[in-house]
Amino acid sequence: MAEPFVHPYLPNSAPAVKAAMLAATGAGTVDDFYVDVPDDLRVDGLLDLPAALPIEQDLVAHVTGILERNRPVATGRSFLGAGTYRHFVPAVVDEVIGRSEFLTAYAGEPYEDHGRFQALFEYQSLMAELLNMDVVNVPTYDGYQAAATALSMAGRMTGRRRIVIASDVFPDKISRVRDFVEPALELVFVPTVNGTADLAAVIEQLDDDTAALWIETPGFTGTLETSLPGLAEAAHRSGAILVAGTDPIALGAITPPADQGADIVHGDIQSLGLHQWFGGAHGGFIAVHDDPRFVMELPSRLFGLASTDVDGEYGFGDVAYERTSFAVREEGKEWVGTAAALWGVAAAVYLALMGPRGMAEIGETILARTDYAMRALTSIDGIDVTDTAPHFREFAIDLERTGPTAAQVIESLRAEGIEPGVEIGTHRLLVCVTELNTRSDIDFFVTRLAALGEGVGS
Amino acid sequence: MSLPIAPKPTLRRFHEARWDEPIIFELDTPGERGVLPSRPEPDLGTGAEALPDELRRTTSPALPEIGQMRVLKHFLRLSQETLGADLNVDVGQGTCTMKYSPKVNDALIRTGRLTDLHPLQDEASVQGILEIIWRTERMLAEIAGMERVSLQTSGGSAAIWTNISMIRAYHEAAGEGDRRDEVITTIFSHPSNAATAKAAGYRVITLYPDADGYPDIEAFKKALSPRTAALMITNPEDTGICNRRIAEFVDLAHSVGALAAYDQANANGILGITRAKDAGFDACHFNLHKTFSTPHGGGGPGSGANGVSEKLAPFLPGPVVERDGDRFYLDGERPLSIGKVAPFYGVVPNIVRAYAWMRSLGAEGLREAAELAVLNNNYLMKRILEIPGASAPYATGRRRIEQVRYSWRALYEETGITSEEIGVRAGDFGVHYWTSHHPFVVPQPFTLEPTESYSKAELDEYADVMAHVAAEARETPDVVRTAPHNQTIHHIHHDDLDDPERWAPSWRAYRRKYFADGDG
Ligand SMILES: Cc1ncc(COP(=O)(O)O)c(C=O)c1O
Repeated sequence: MAEPFVHPYLPNSAPAVKAAMLAATGAGTVDDFYVDVPDDLRVDGLLDLPAALPIEQDLVAHVTGILERNRPVATGRSFLGAGTYRHFVPAVVDEVIGRSEFLTAYAGEPYEDHGRFQALFEYQSLMAELLNMDVVNVPTYDGYQAAATALSMAGRMTGRRRIVIASDVFPDKISRVRDFVEPALELVFVPTVNGTADLAAVIEQLDDDTAALWIETPGFTGTLETSLPGLAEAAHRSGAILVAGTDPIALGAITPPADQGADIVHGDIQSLGLHQWFGGAHGGFIAVHDDPRFVMELPSRLFGLASTDVDGEYGFGDVAYERTSFAVREEGKEWVGTAAALWGVAAAVYLALMGPRGMAEIGETILARTDYAMRALTSIDGIDVTDTAPHFREFAIDLERTGPTAAQVIESLRAEGIEPGVEIGTHRLLVCVTELNTRSDIDFFVTRLAALGEGVGS
Repeated sequence: MSLPIAPKPTLRRFHEARWDEPIIFELDTPGERGVLPSRPEPDLGTGAEALPDELRRTTSPALPEIGQMRVLKHFLRLSQETLGADLNVDVGQGTCTMKYSPKVNDALIRTGRLTDLHPLQDEASVQGILEIIWRTERMLAEIAGMERVSLQTSGGSAAIWTNISMIRAYHEAAGEGDRRDEVITTIFSHPSNAATAKAAGYRVITLYPDADGYPDIEAFKKALSPRTAALMITNPEDTGICNRRIAEFVDLAHSVGALAAYDQANANGILGITRAKDAGFDACHFNLHKTFSTPHGGGGPGSGANGVSEKLAPFLPGPVVERDGDRFYLDGERPLSIGKVAPFYGVVPNIVRAYAWMRSLGAEGLREAAELAVLNNNYLMKRILEIPGASAPYATGRRRIEQVRYSWRALYEETGITSEEIGVRAGDFGVHYWTSHHPFVVPQPFTLEPTESYSKAELDEYADVMAHVAAEARETPDVVRTAPHNQTIHHIHHDDLDDPERWAPSWRAYRRKYFADGDG
């Protein structure tokens, strides 16, 4: 007889225990439990899967062996962004989100999971200060979903159908938004001028069927929108909602969009204490003012303070739960489900560590290094930044006059251990500079790029 | 008193941590620093001068200033005030499959070879992760019997959305997009089936159970029409009852030209037993954070896996990972694809964890896990039904698969104690308990799902807690009503949470509404 299958993850695979439990249920074999699975739907024999690795040491060797084929770019030598950003992650952040309790919790009650509720309430509250808005959701999946939901909220609130898009938006985000909002909403693109909104052309597009005017600042190529107050005023005049996308890591240094008239602000929290994870660690925020017309349109959970039987004790609970699909299924706003809570805790720890000065400093550092990189790169003969708008963290350079295509530049510099940016056109490169790229990293990049130009002869 | 020590009582004398920790803003000590960010090199300027005045933030955000160790301590204390699955017998959150998330998998992902990879870096330098994504997709495809799998979404509901979005695109491609405007689901399918369908623009028709607890097939036949776009259904449903006629439901949907999507978020009882394809489904999805062991993260990130038949494969979100000999690459050139459903390629840490979990168990282990989840469930059901006042409505006398939706109706009628009150009191013994999804079709419901992870002794402990609290409901109901007693905080007053004038969804809203100074 074959040895019984006993696995460390399966305590009741111990033969005696299993037999005792079967006996207690009055079943002869486990098959008795599956009488309701029709025979013709039963899998015959075992699935065709690779051999088991129940010995932990073997599993580690196998998985580590595969992961050996991953080669991260040396810190500072990567200038990649375009949606996933390289920022420094303080050790305390990883310590906290690695805690068993936070990592393996789920849907506990506000009593036994008091700490989880408080941490997420603090996430909302810290983000609220950064954004200068009173209400921030428990994170949704990612910044793309946050954009899609923010626009859908505007559609529901106004009963209108058009979304006027005044900024350059990352194409993948547009793809996601399209999948989500169509056919209920129509996307109307107004071409930018010099990387930012064309105010006059935008005003022309705003009409009484416009639900939202959508701005991204920074936009796809890192441009900061300079005419937000005028855009907001125009949107409001036509009864539309100003929906602004931003990156919270900029907001210690940069005016928050709410101060310039944005009604719904959204974005991704990956910059706030999350590693790159090959693009697999994103969370979305949606912020509104404390106005029930807006709050009642949020699909996500929202935790609020509550009193308890004991003086001086904080309790928490769900704010306006009846708006959610948990409460009323398809009558709720969109849906709510497992999203990105742990990443929200990471962002909370990050913001608590950084404080107001840290957030101002990180924003300034990124601005300064971005500015330096733009100047240094354009000092190379033939390289231009594609616009003259102010930039945060990203900008696009045009290589056309230097000869090689963006793909050729990428290939050549990769051979030197540099990831110079993301190809966004035959001769265009989207370059991202964060606090991880020091001045000497930027200089190295510029020198190697310049040498390339000399090599091909321009 | 001296040795020997008396034996332990049957029930654990639990008390949760109670740190009475302030809100983080109350820790503000001006001048302290938690971490120092990199600063620009001296001759680079401060950066702010690169900005026009109106873009320069003039009032700094009112974040607290706190030294590093105090921040750490604050959040560690909050973690201790959280009852994760690692610490409790987490069988009370039925439908959610709170199984063991092996620590080795957490250790495996804690490497710069994952954390420091950028999604757009040289494909040649990310072959390892592409291979794991590819292998994970293939293993899940085998488990579901489906043609292809995509791992792009970061939650089960997002995966359900992706299924309905693909179905919508399929009907549109066939020129039937406008005509097919209805989706049929069942009340014991997860609420997100109804909610995503509605968000995608469909009218939702919900089937209720027949007398035996099965979705009412006669009602289904009546609801079907040329307007039906899809059937979106869970099986076993939240009741844990397996729908014997599931293939017939799918056939009926197909007979009017509709597609059928199978919510397999929780497939824990049927791994290696029965497959979506065998029942004829066009699409299905798994939650890697349920069935495939990745941790729930206190509410995410999860990870969704969409499985599709040949018919729907062209519509999968992109890019997809393909293999060419030893090389793995991303293919984004797929004209019928619904496009992006999330950034990049999925929740990488969870994909690697799920891969490692499946590899540890193999085909035999997966089936054993499923069988033990079912054995555990039927064992626990026996123990629970021995408690006076508890019942398992529908399909009386029949076996259940991986979970059971129970009812305290009899206990409530006798004592006035609600299921919710029982849950709060159960927490006093260090276990989590949840009522059920709304609406409460089963009166005073609770749903237990033991998974394969908990030992017989732990299941007995959970049943003992239930029996004890039920007895208290009869004998000392005030103890139940005034719970919690042994948890972090005391009874919460909920009234302010639904009143816009009084709710406090952030510290600043709270300060503004209740304190004259308006700030912390
Ligand atoms: C059957 C079923 N479907 C869907 C879901 C939704 O999954 P998620 O919470 O990841 O959105 C769940 C989770 O509770 C579930 O049990």
